[in-house]
Amino acid sequence: MMESTKMPQDILPIRVLVAKPGLDGHDRGAKVIARALRDAGMEVIYTGLRQTPEMIVHAAIQEDVQCIGLSILSGAHNAIVPRIMALLKENGIDDILVILGGTIPDQDIAFLKEQGVAAIFGPGTPLETTVEFIRKNAKPRDVAA
Amino acid sequence: MARTTVEKPPESGKSATDAVRHPSSSEKRWTDETLAPTLKKTPEQPIGAFTGTNLSPDGTARFTSISGVPVNRLYTSADLPADWDEHSDQYLGQPGQPPYTRGIHATGYRGKLWTMRQFSGFATPEETNQRYQYLLANGGGGLSVAFDLPTLMGYDSDHPNSEGEVGKCGVAIDSLEDMEILFSGIDLEKTTVSMTINSPASVLWAMYLVVAEKQGADWKKISGTLQNDILKEYIAQKEYIYPPAPSMRLVIDTFEFGSLFTPRFNPISISGYHIREAGSTALQELAFTIYDGVEYIEWALRRGLNVDDFAPRLSFFFNSHNDFFEEIAKFRASRKIWYHLMTDRFHAKNTRSQLMRFHTQTAGVSLTAQQPMNNIARVAIQALAAVLGGTQSLHTDSYDEALALPTEDAARIALRTQQIIAYESGVAQTVDPFGGSYFIENLTLKMEQGAFEYFAKLDAMGGMVRAIEQGFPQKEIAESSYQYQRAVEAKEKIIVGVNDFSVDEASTKILYIDESVREGQIAKLRLLRSRRSQEAVDHTLAALRKVAAMDPLALPGHISEANTMPYILDCVRAYATVGEICEALREIYGTYEESSWT
Repeated sequence: MMESTKMPQDILPIRVLVAKPGLDGHDRGAKVIARALRDAGMEVIYTGLRQTPEMIVHAAIQEDVQCIGLSILSGAHNAIVPRIMALLKENGIDDILVILGGTIPDQDIAFLKEQGVAAIFGPGTPLETTVEFIRKNAKPRDVAA
Repeated sequence: MARTTVEKPPESGKSATDAVRHPSSSEKRWTDETLAPTLKKTPEQPIGAFTGTNLSPDGTARFTSISGVPVNRLYTSADLPADWDEHSDQYLGQPGQPPYTRGIHATGYRGKLWTMRQFSGFATPEETNQRYQYLLANGGGGLSVAFDLPTLMGYDSDHPNSEGEVGKCGVAIDSLEDMEILFSGIDLEKTTVSMTINSPASVLWAMYLVVAEKQGADWKKISGTLQNDILKEYIAQKEYIYPPAPSMRLVIDTFEFGSLFTPRFNPISISGYHIREAGSTALQELAFTIYDGVEYIEWALRRGLNVDDFAPRLSFFFNSHNDFFEEIAKFRASRKIWYHLMTDRFHAKNTRSQLMRFHTQTAGVSLTAQQPMNNIARVAIQALAAVLGGTQSLHTDSYDEALALPTEDAARIALRTQQIIAYESGVAQTVDPFGGSYFIENLTLKMEQGAFEYFAKLDAMGGMVRAIEQGFPQKEIAESSYQYQRAVEAKEKIIVGVNDFSVDEASTKILYIDESVREGQIAKLRLLRSRRSQEAVDHTLAALRKVAAMDPLALPGHISEANTMPYILDCVRAYATVGEICEALREIYGTYEESSWT
């Protein structure tokens, strides 16, 4: 199953927080991606709907995740994402991979990446693309005793 | 009052589809002499990868609908029930006659075309009013209001939770003043208006009624539709505020109020659209939607309402997806199922109570961000299915909707698509042209059978509210959605331009809404609050809180003393805002959080 050269403690599953901020309730994408990441062997925590940036950052810290996947379809990304990034910074966190999925106009992409979003996955992105991106870019977990 | 009894599927159609086939001698001969050598020479190839859903256990190609339902090579008389001809009146009937499979009008679209009703709303009430004037000037037959997320969630534009959301997914409405601007120059006695609003539906409806009143329109003459379908919010779209029981009470308040004061207004549009968009199959959309209708009737009967007083104004709203024949069958089956439920289960006497009238919207979820112009073709096919299924009104999506809210050009092409179907294709000239098609009739019967199987399960759970609390429809939909996505990932289902036939492309020009809308709405709210009588606002809100805490009970011919509608109207007339009125109800009812089903 796994590469034989790796020791078990090196291959702890990646922990991902799938979060749905804002007022929008369209959670089809968030649920599908949560399940796909789980099927790919990751540990996934889904926040449920209408999470504030504070709730999301709190959950990310509590759950000790390596990646936050945000799903935003309502157009509120330019208000929500910078607040999440600022809260992460305030909490001294710079090693959580933040990715974004949803309907994000091309003209907003540069701004969101400047804010620290690692990747933006638009409609029609294959699940595998997202899975691979997280595998390649999430920082490995500290192995606790 | 206890729930009505569990219904079995109607006698006709029960054994319709899964019976052993008895092919005719002609079909047998064809199988041996024509089909067999053809298959030998050219084996069938599935559309998409030869794996998973496209592979039969025997290794041959399998064909399925977009919902994953197997589709046979050929349908003949052997795929209809043996007594089809003998009992064709029960199975099919004639247009305008029970069981209404062939449509609710004897003349189909020959007397009146469907209403071309384009859903639209964005940014400020001023800007959306301009778009409405444009749509009406271009031959749109009615209006359909899209509200922004803060309005849908019962928050004013200046609420902290509204940040980033104002005017983005629809028009921002905070008070009666905004509603007056939205409909300025539009005669509400002559224009039918549909409003997509659910948890705060009674508040926005009250605003609409007061605008009509101020225009001098007669409430008895105005017509339109309120979406007001809270059950599908819990199931699929998730824009709910209060817990299920008080939410249902607010809905029944509108049924009662409407039956007495606005006899031509549909107080509800029981919606499968969002259930489908969330990833359900066609059958799940049909079954859950119609069963939501059953649940509303159960609650109204418990209030003491008479079924024939409100059922004529129950309307429905379906999705039209890509799988052409499956959609047509779904629409046809919906009318027959509703007729049977209304007569057998609810004993409705008024013919109008027995009629399934529905609006259709093409499937937003089927639109691709890649090569967006291709969506024009998808929308045309979906719209055609809706018309062949006998819809009463139709919204066609704009090709750019996977990217943003539609531009004016895209919205015009969407409307023109309907006009081409109506005026050029010829399909509106004859009633139910697919009636009697072996394939369509077989699919229609299967839809009916499958729906009644779901109804039995839902009845056994104690109704839809209970089923929602257990997460049943939510889990069913999430499962279907995931299975479909897996099939797309494996290229077993092809999406043109997405997982096949893709190209590199430049970005499309879209409608972009910035944060200035929120700033403008906040300024308007500040002005409104300084101008209105705060005493009147406080007084009407207090009266609403009081009545909302009481239990309404219907008296024949009178409105329940605790019906919230008259009190909400008073709040609106005093220029209380959407957020203030919803907050008053939140104080009484609390809010709802769903358990997370993933």
